[in-house]
Amino acid sequence: MTSSRWNISGGLLLVFLVLGCFQDAQALPAFARKYGLRCSACHEAWPMLNYFGQKFKDNGYQLMNDRDAPIWQNPSYWPVTFRITPIWHRESTDKVAIDTAAGPNTSERQITSNGFDITGLDFHTGGTLEKNLSFYVLPSSDNTGAFHFETVMARIDNLLGSPWLNVKLGKFELDNLVSEKRILTLSSYGGSYDIYHFIPVNDGNTFGQIGDNQLGVEVMGHSVDDRTRYSAALLSSSDGNPGLLYGNGYTGFFTFSQAFDTGKLGVQRIGAYAMIGEAPTTYFTSNNVPIPGSGIGNKSFNREGFVGQFYFGQHFDVQVVTQHGWDSAWFGAGYGDFPDGAAPAGNGPGTGLPVGARAPSWNGVFFETHYVYSPQLIFIFRPEWVRMSQQALAAIPSSLGNLDTYVFGYRYMPIMTSRAGFAFFNEYSWNRQRGTAPDGTDLTGSSLMLGIDFDF
Amino acid sequence: MRTILLRSSLLISTVAVLVFPAISLAQITSVQQQEWLNSPAAVSHVGNITGNAKAGAADYRRYCVGCHGELGDGNGEVAPWLDPKPRDFTLGVFKCRSTPTGTLPTDEDLFNTIARGLVTSNMPQWNTFTKQERADLVAWIKHFSPRWQKEKAGVPIQIPPEPEVTAERIKAGQDVFNRVQCWKCHGVTGQANGPSASTLTDDLNRPILPYNFHEETRFKCGTSDQDLYKIFMTGLDGTPMPSWSDNIKPDEAWDLVFYLRSLQPMPSKEKELAKQLGLKPVNPNAGQ
Repeated sequence: MTSSRWNISGGLLLVFLVLGCFQDAQALPAFARKYGLRCSACHEAWPMLNYFGQKFKDNGYQLMNDRDAPIWQNPSYWPVTFRITPIWHRESTDKVAIDTAAGPNTSERQITSNGFDITGLDFHTGGTLEKNLSFYVLPSSDNTGAFHFETVMARIDNLLGSPWLNVKLGKFELDNLVSEKRILTLSSYGGSYDIYHFIPVNDGNTFGQIGDNQLGVEVMGHSVDDRTRYSAALLSSSDGNPGLLYGNGYTGFFTFSQAFDTGKLGVQRIGAYAMIGEAPTTYFTSNNVPIPGSGIGNKSFNREGFVGQFYFGQHFDVQVVTQHGWDSAWFGAGYGDFPDGAAPAGNGPGTGLPVGARAPSWNGVFFETHYVYSPQLIFIFRPEWVRMSQQALAAIPSSLGNLDTYVFGYRYMPIMTSRAGFAFFNEYSWNRQRGTAPDGTDLTGSSLMLGIDFDF
Repeated sequence: MRTILLRSSLLISTVAVLVFPAISLAQITSVQQQEWLNSPAAVSHVGNITGNAKAGAADYRRYCVGCHGELGDGNGEVAPWLDPKPRDFTLGVFKCRSTPTGTLPTDEDLFNTIARGLVTSNMPQWNTFTKQERADLVAWIKHFSPRWQKEKAGVPIQIPPEPEVTAERIKAGQDVFNRVQCWKCHGVTGQANGPSASTLTDDLNRPILPYNFHEETRFKCGTSDQDLYKIFMTGLDGTPMPSWSDNIKPDEAWDLVFYLRSLQPMPSKEKELAKQLGLKPVNPNAGQ
């Protein structure tokens, strides 16, 4: 027995020693192969960008060294990266409605499951078509292999010879400095930022999700050193879904940020964003089925907040995003949600608001803190809170839908070179939403995940 | 007992993961370099900023080591695929200087090179660093070469005030271009196709191309007229581009600056004046 204990201990030690002895760091392959830079040059920890990586992205995936055009590359260079993540995870939800002898959904209990799994597969292809002409196409699948286009965009850079004027068209990630598409945590409750997707309970607005890639056109600009940057995007109010499913609503997304040189502490950045839009609330129907594209009764919504990226030397940083959200009372009453072909009752023209309907609003914030031991090892902790400030009806409990999420974990990148990326990660996330359990009490869930995140 | 063993092994493993990379990093620097790093000399001075070598190590490892290598010898993991090759810091030889040929650059020269990058190479513009971080990197880069321990940086050359551009000066600049035979490498039209162009090698005997004035808007060592003046008065050490400070007078150097500007692709006063002059490419055989 003693021998087997030592075997386990020795085995663990060996694994960690082997991992620890690799010295090389970092690279996101498609661009790293093109430019010969390690991933750590552009990523604080892959896939999260650092300041230099943000500048590279803002330049249209160009280093601006007059060797960005494909004509300078070896003809065999093919700008493709795939990424997939095999994992083991444990998921737990404390109150799930279950059937009993008394009838369906007459009781509830905690459900906990665990097992091995895979994430979806991403095929990133991006780069330059010519100097100052760039593109990004990302076919992405879920873990069953069903593909969709996550990103499809072309971009013209440095119009009129100025970095202040760049235009992109297609489906793209909004200009979120703290990018959810490059999030370091992947577990069920840690794999997205709540405030990038939050809508109040029973709210019908599916359009104001700043974390989802959107269809539209974006103008952005920046100073040569990227200290100052802005963007303005005009988007279809479709939450990035292709096809004219909804109506004729448009949304604007605007950002501005300024970075400051603070000596040994590093470069600090503060900024603000605003999403202001309108989207249909009701649809013409045929045999009670909404007619695609027939959305009418556009109502407004907005999301705005501040962003801060604060560095305290080379090892510690905090990324902060706040949000104030507001939806029209129509959304608050449940209108707007395109119901996948089935119109909810009253979601047609000529309906009216319930008596006493109010515009719901809320506030949220997250603090993502990183301890960067080295480019190969990063520890992450993120608390996130969302609090309703006004419910759609006075009778709704004021705390209904309030969210608390805590995520902590680490990513260790033992062998990332300028040819491939590889990260061993381990994280735990916990989430509670007020009043959303089947019995109207708080619903709590947790997710434990470990796995290997790799790309080539 | 089992719990204690398991906890102990996890603790030891964690410590190993954290400590081993640090030990390995320490091993790559020689004893001599370590001594210098611990000395008060392991600093850089740029304006009122003092860079500290040890503070630059982490940024060097994150951003620079892939090309320049752990030892600063230009043999990073991607070096075999790069052209031109990354700088070998151990030699203490740098292209972009404000100091006379053969001397060490000033800290400010290195500081500016980091932010400016080197056009037509894989060295990007690292202008995202804070000034302090760049100064720290300069100090760290200096620790790779023993030259910094034995020599002081050269004294920056004096650049006289830039005169006004005139057609006569452009013509005079073309005469200088012809006289000192710039065309042998850069070609009679400045298109990097002179008779010697294909034979050029750097100090490490690696093929190297001359600068193509018709293609580029920026120079290796800057974008301004003063930068261009410095390039041919200090030379690009380590390359076939010599210093012409013994052959060209300061006034003639400005003439050459104006003529070379007229060869570049972007619109400029020099280009316009050259067009008005009807300036033809130099003819090396004229007068024979």
